[in-house]
Amino acid sequence: MRKIFTAAAVAALCLGVSAGVQAKTLKMAYDADPVSLDPHEQLSGGTLQLSHMNFDPLVRWTKDLGFEPRLAESWERIDEKTMRFKLRKGVKFHSGNDLTSLDIVWTFDRLKKSPDFKGLFAPFESMRVVDPLTVDLVTAEPYPLVLHQATYIFAMDSNFYTGFDSKGKSKAAIVKHGDAFAATNVSGTGPYIITSREQGVKVTFKRFEGYWDKKSPGNVTDIIMTPIKEGPTRVAALLSGDVDFIAPVPPTDMDRIEKNANTNLVTMGGTRIITFQLNQNRIKQFKDKRVRQAIVHAINNDGIVQKIMKGFATAAAQQGPKGYAGFVSELSPRYDLKKAKELMKEAGLEGGFSVTMMAPNNRYVNDAKIAEAVASMLSKINIKVDLRTMPKAQYWPEFDKRAADIMMIGWHSDTEDSANFSEFLTMTPSEETGYGQYNSGNYSNAKIDELILKSQSMTDPVERSKVLQNVETILYDEAAFVPLHWQNLAWAARKGVNIESVVNVMNFPYLGDLVID
Amino acid sequence: MDYLYFAIRRLLQAVLVMFVISLIGFSIQDNLGDPLRELVGQSVSEKERQALRDRMGLNDPFFIQYGRFLGKAVQGDLGNSYFFKKPALEVIAAKFPATLELVIGATIIIISFALPFGVYCAIRPKSWFAKFIMGFSIIGISVPVFLTAIFSIYIFSVELGWMPSFGRGETRDLLGWNSGFFTQDGLVHLVLPSISLASIMMPLFIRLIRSEMMEILQMEYIRFAWAKGLLPRRVWFLHAFKNTLLPVITVGGVQVGTMLAYTILTESVFQWPGMGFLFLEAVNRVDTPLIIAYIIVVGLIFVVTNTFVDLLYTWVNPTVKLVGQKS
Repeated sequence: MRKIFTAAAVAALCLGVSAGVQAKTLKMAYDADPVSLDPHEQLSGGTLQLSHMNFDPLVRWTKDLGFEPRLAESWERIDEKTMRFKLRKGVKFHSGNDLTSLDIVWTFDRLKKSPDFKGLFAPFESMRVVDPLTVDLVTAEPYPLVLHQATYIFAMDSNFYTGFDSKGKSKAAIVKHGDAFAATNVSGTGPYIITSREQGVKVTFKRFEGYWDKKSPGNVTDIIMTPIKEGPTRVAALLSGDVDFIAPVPPTDMDRIEKNANTNLVTMGGTRIITFQLNQNRIKQFKDKRVRQAIVHAINNDGIVQKIMKGFATAAAQQGPKGYAGFVSELSPRYDLKKAKELMKEAGLEGGFSVTMMAPNNRYVNDAKIAEAVASMLSKINIKVDLRTMPKAQYWPEFDKRAADIMMIGWHSDTEDSANFSEFLTMTPSEETGYGQYNSGNYSNAKIDELILKSQSMTDPVERSKVLQNVETILYDEAAFVPLHWQNLAWAARKGVNIESVVNVMNFPYLGDLVID
Repeated sequence: MDYLYFAIRRLLQAVLVMFVISLIGFSIQDNLGDPLRELVGQSVSEKERQALRDRMGLNDPFFIQYGRFLGKAVQGDLGNSYFFKKPALEVIAAKFPATLELVIGATIIIISFALPFGVYCAIRPKSWFAKFIMGFSIIGISVPVFLTAIFSIYIFSVELGWMPSFGRGETRDLLGWNSGFFTQDGLVHLVLPSISLASIMMPLFIRLIRSEMMEILQMEYIRFAWAKGLLPRRVWFLHAFKNTLLPVITVGGVQVGTMLAYTILTESVFQWPGMGFLFLEAVNRVDTPLIIAYIIVVGLIFVVTNTFVDLLYTWVNPTVKLVGQKS
């Protein structure tokens, strides 16, 4: 027995040494570090970024917004409400347990209980075990976004998370505030294991030796992740060589990173739309379509992109960006001051009126400056704007109260699908249905509601796309809201750290596949 | 006896001050924003958020919440940080050594430069070097600390590559104090943040020492010393310098508090994992228990240093009377 151990130890040592020869360490800095190690505690970019390091989803997004197999090797629709996933064989968790369909179902059931995720998983009725490596995902109605949502199913090690911790609490509990086993302990199937974590200071990762994806080109064995909150400091850390990879990159520093001989900048059109909503309940003039159109025509959003965003954004005229199901390429920004004035005259409001406006000043890139620019643009059509900007912590309660006539809201679709924008931003607000939760403008159009509800159960992508395009066109014609731009994304790295192939528009870099020369 | 009376009086005052601070801190928390927003994703419904708020007791009337807080506070429990999920005091205590390190580093720099420079400017006010120091200190006093910090990062880390650009570096345990003072890496990391923090106080102390000393050099007893034919060294450093220190100590003690305030800026630029940075982050995240705990801890530091300075002052200058002391 002892001999076997020794042999194993020697073998492990040899493995360790051979891996050590080409050991690559990645030092990286994000603006914040993950709130929790529990993938179901908070639905946020940070959580998803971490999940892709510690865990693997059933399927994941490719660069061109398609899907590629991860833990699910293949999938097929067996009837209009059921999708069958075949799991990969021989996948091990960090704890050494084997991945089976029981883990996937356990994870799914936990997602349904998470306050943050259960909304996303509401269309799903259940998940069933078929055999140890096959599961059926069943929806209540025919549902087009099954694979979209499967990107959120990061398999958790059900044995590891079952039972009670030293304080006698369930290991599976999702706790928003307070101590929880799952918030500080991890066992996933992902490429990296956390070796140490000092919250707000440093997290270190080591590559999981038993990682199933042997085909992955990734050669990073260790990752040291440090949060650096201040943009200029983050950039300085990269330029001085203290870190190899940073995100996000402040727009003002992009030039200098691009020109630097030792660093690379990667940018990409983003998916978060920045908009203003015109509250029709507070200002009766906003009920008039011509006034809303006048406002959209008066705002030079292309100018805002060029001058304020320094070109680091894409001017928008609709909710979803290019690549999304509802995108209509003909819809373009329509700045035209003359037409705006005419529209105001038609509406009999040449003399204008006064409104209040609110915007956050630390939530979106240049949010306060954008609001100031919009306010001054509106003064050209005699709409006098009383603008207040405030930190996001104070802004959200104001937004919930609908405290101003014009409010700024940015939105990223958690499903990476067009319908999600309307569900939250432009459908009729109602506590009963839960739709229009962020529709501070109170824009309400029965046609839009009907089309979106219809799209939710359309499984033919081409037909569905037509319906969603129709939605975007109606919103455009109606000037239901004021579209500004989609924020771009940017990452920067030292030369030789090939981030280009692992970053994506969802902003969760697949660091397991990262190659360092 | 007088000291004891003074100490008890001070203690009672401190308790009152702490109570008022906690009440103010607690009553402004509603204006800091909604902590739930930072705890949940954007698509979580208002109903769900209300349910969470109920469970966390955030919907209770103010005085019930405050009573609950006070009840726990007297037992030394200031609540759990939402973000760190640990007792707020524990979180602050864990970050305190880093801040202390920075304050000590800055103090060392201030003492080792401000003293000689200040004295030199007083003794040789007309020399070009003294004029240079005075000119430079004007700049120092008017440049905001975050600008000094960013510039020093760009010059010494990015361009010259001499210094690390952020963070605290390696730390080691010595006699129960886990600090960067005991490793080379830790010391190197301390240089730029300490200089930045010192830069804001240094000019003040140079000017203070200079003007105090110049005033004292005009005094009768100094003239007498000159007349006696003492060595200049003796006059300057023994007779004049000793009396210069008196006001410097008082101001120094009060400035400890100001220094703590400046650590917030310095730490956030250098990503220094101390209390100040923690506080700024807590404000951004609406981590109210942590914010209140920080306010209380800093309040306590103020009260303690001021008491200490008062005691020290009476000890150095016996003509000063403690409050309530019989004359």
